[in-house]
Amino acid sequence: MKRLLKLSLALLSTLAITLPVHAADPIELLNVSYDPTRELYRAYNEAFKAHYKQTAGKDVVIKQSHGGSGGQARSVIDGLEADVVTLALAFDIDAIVDKAHLLPENWQSRLAHNSSPYTSTIVFLVRAGNPKKIKDWDDLVRPDVKIITPDPKNSGGARWNYLAAWAYALEKYGSEDKAREFVGNLFKNVPILDSGARGSTNTFVQRGLGDVLLAWENEAYLSINELGKDKFEIVSPSLSILAEPTISLVDENAKKKGTTEVATEYLNYLYSKEGQRIAARHYYRPTDPEIAKEFAAQFPALKLITINDVFGGWKKAQKVHFSDGGEFDKLYTALKKK
Amino acid sequence: MKKFLLKKNGSKLPGFGLTLGFSLAYMSFLVLIPLGALVLYSTRSTPAGFLAIISDDRVSAAFEVSVLSAFYAALVNCFFGLAIAWMLTRYEFYGKKIIDALIDLPFAIPTAVAGISLATVFSANGALGKLLANFNIEIAYSRTSIVIALIFIGFPFIVRTVQPVLEDLDQEVEEAASSLGANFFQIFTRIIFPAIFPALLTGFALAFARGLGEYGSIIFISSNMPYETEIVPLLIVKKLLQFDYVGASVIGVAMLVCAFLLLLSINFLQGYARNRRGT
Repeated sequence: MKRLLKLSLALLSTLAITLPVHAADPIELLNVSYDPTRELYRAYNEAFKAHYKQTAGKDVVIKQSHGGSGGQARSVIDGLEADVVTLALAFDIDAIVDKAHLLPENWQSRLAHNSSPYTSTIVFLVRAGNPKKIKDWDDLVRPDVKIITPDPKNSGGARWNYLAAWAYALEKYGSEDKAREFVGNLFKNVPILDSGARGSTNTFVQRGLGDVLLAWENEAYLSINELGKDKFEIVSPSLSILAEPTISLVDENAKKKGTTEVATEYLNYLYSKEGQRIAARHYYRPTDPEIAKEFAAQFPALKLITINDVFGGWKKAQKVHFSDGGEFDKLYTALKKK
Repeated sequence: MKKFLLKKNGSKLPGFGLTLGFSLAYMSFLVLIPLGALVLYSTRSTPAGFLAIISDDRVSAAFEVSVLSAFYAALVNCFFGLAIAWMLTRYEFYGKKIIDALIDLPFAIPTAVAGISLATVFSANGALGKLLANFNIEIAYSRTSIVIALIFIGFPFIVRTVQPVLEDLDQEVEEAASSLGANFFQIFTRIIFPAIFPALLTGFALAFARGLGEYGSIIFISSNMPYETEIVPLLIVKKLLQFDYVGASVIGVAMLVCAFLLLLSINFLQGYARNRRGT
C-alpha cells in the first residue's frame, strides 16, 4: 500500500514538472471557426502574421479550430478559450453571450456590416448539363425534383438555405401562409436530412443522390473545383439570402490572456483590402465595394435579401422557425400527417 | 460494515474492503458522478416540463426507432453471432485465426467510418445497393439501414460472449447424450442451448445497449427524417445545437433509465436461467 502511494506521488510530481510552463512570447491567438473556412483562414493567417510583424514588430501564432458552427459555439460556452470566433451565423455568437457572458450584447454592432467582413449566399449545385432544367426556387417544388440539404436544426449553415426559400416565396407569393406551403412542398422533395453541409455534399456527389444540392456559394465553388467542372454546375436563383457569417472578439477570454489588442487587429484586418481579397479568392463575397468590383465576374448579380429585413434578425428567426415546435418542426408534423 | 455488506454465505477471501472501496471509487469517477450530473441537470426542468418533453410525438417516435432498431439488430446478431461462435469453436480450418481477428474490427473502426462505408456499399450506386436495386430493394437511408449499421456495430459482443462458453462446454456430455439416442436437435435444445443461454443474454444485452446509444454510424446511413428514421441520440444532438441543454439532458436521462431497466431485467433473467440450471 505504501509503495503504491509512493509510486503515485512520484508519478504526480513528474506530471507537474512536465506540464508546459506558460511561454511569454510569441503571442498566441485561437480562432474558433466553422467548417468551410479552413482554407480561407489558412491563407488569411499567413497574411496577418506578416502584417502584424511589419506593423507591430511582433510574432503571432494563430491556432485554428474548425467544426460545425453550433458545436463550436458550444465548445466556447463550455470553456474553449477562443480569442476570436468566426462562425456561420450571428445566432451562435448570441448564444455565447446568453450562456457564458463572454462578450457584450452589442457585439454585432462593433464591426462594420453587422460584423460580417465577407458574405455569401445560397445557390443551387446541379449535375452537369442541368438535366432537370432547374433555374429558380419554383423548380424545386416540382414533384420530379429531389433536393439534398442538411437539417437546419442540426446545421447552422443550412438554416440559411431554409430561410432563403422562405424569403423567395414570401416575396413572390406575398403571404406567410403561402411561404409556409412553399417551403413545406420543398422539404417534401428532400429524401435525406444530413447533419451538416459536408455530409450533404457527400450524399449529392459521392452517392449520386438528388438533382440539386442547396449550398453556400463559396462551398459550391469549392466542390466544383475539387470534383471537376465537367460534373457539376452552379445555378444562381433570382433571389436569395445574404448569408452573413459573423466574427467577434471574445472579450473576456482575450482580456484574461492579454490578447485584446492583437485579436482586435486580427478582426479589423479582415476588412482591409488584403483581407478582402483573400476572402474573395476563397469565393466569399467581399464587402469592400472596390474589391467587390475587382471580383465582380466571379459573383453573379442576384437579388439578395437580408435576415434583418425579412426575418427581423437571428433571434427572432431562430425562435419562429427553428426552436422546438417552431415552423420547421411543424412542417414535419404536417408532412407526417399526410 | 464488512459484515453488514457481505452476504452470509459470501466469500471468505481477504481483501473485500479494499476491492469494494476501489470499485466504488472507480465507478464513482467514471460512471456515477458524470451520470449523476446529467440527472441533476435534468432537474432544472419541472416534472411537468420533463413529461412534456418525453411525451412529445417526435421524441416518442425517435424512441420507437432507436429501441426497435437496436432490438432487431441484437436479435439478428444472436442468431448469426452464435453461428459464427459455433464455427470458430467447433471446427479447425485454415484462416481461422484471421476470421477470429476480423470479428473484433467493428470495435476498432471509428463508427463514422463504418457508417460511411455501409452507406457507400448499400446506396443505389454502391456495389450491393445496385444488386439489390434489381429486386427493387432499397436499403440505404431507410429504417433497415439503421438495423444493418447496428448489426455491424453489435455483432462482436455476441460472438465474444458466447465463444468462451462454447469452448468450455464438455463435448463428452454431447457424446453421452448421442449414445443415449438423442438427435442433434435434442442435444442442442436440452444441452447446448441451456449452457450458452446466459452468455447469449449477456451478449444480447450488450449489443442492445450499445445499439441504443449508437450515433456516429447511423447518421450517415439513415435519412434522419423526423418521425421516420430519426434516432434518439440525434435528437439530443439537435437539442444541444439549439443550446437547449435542459431538453437534451431530459432525453438523456430518459434514455439512461430505459437502458438501465433493460440491462437490469436481463440480469434478472440471466440469474433465473442460471438458477434453473443449478449452477
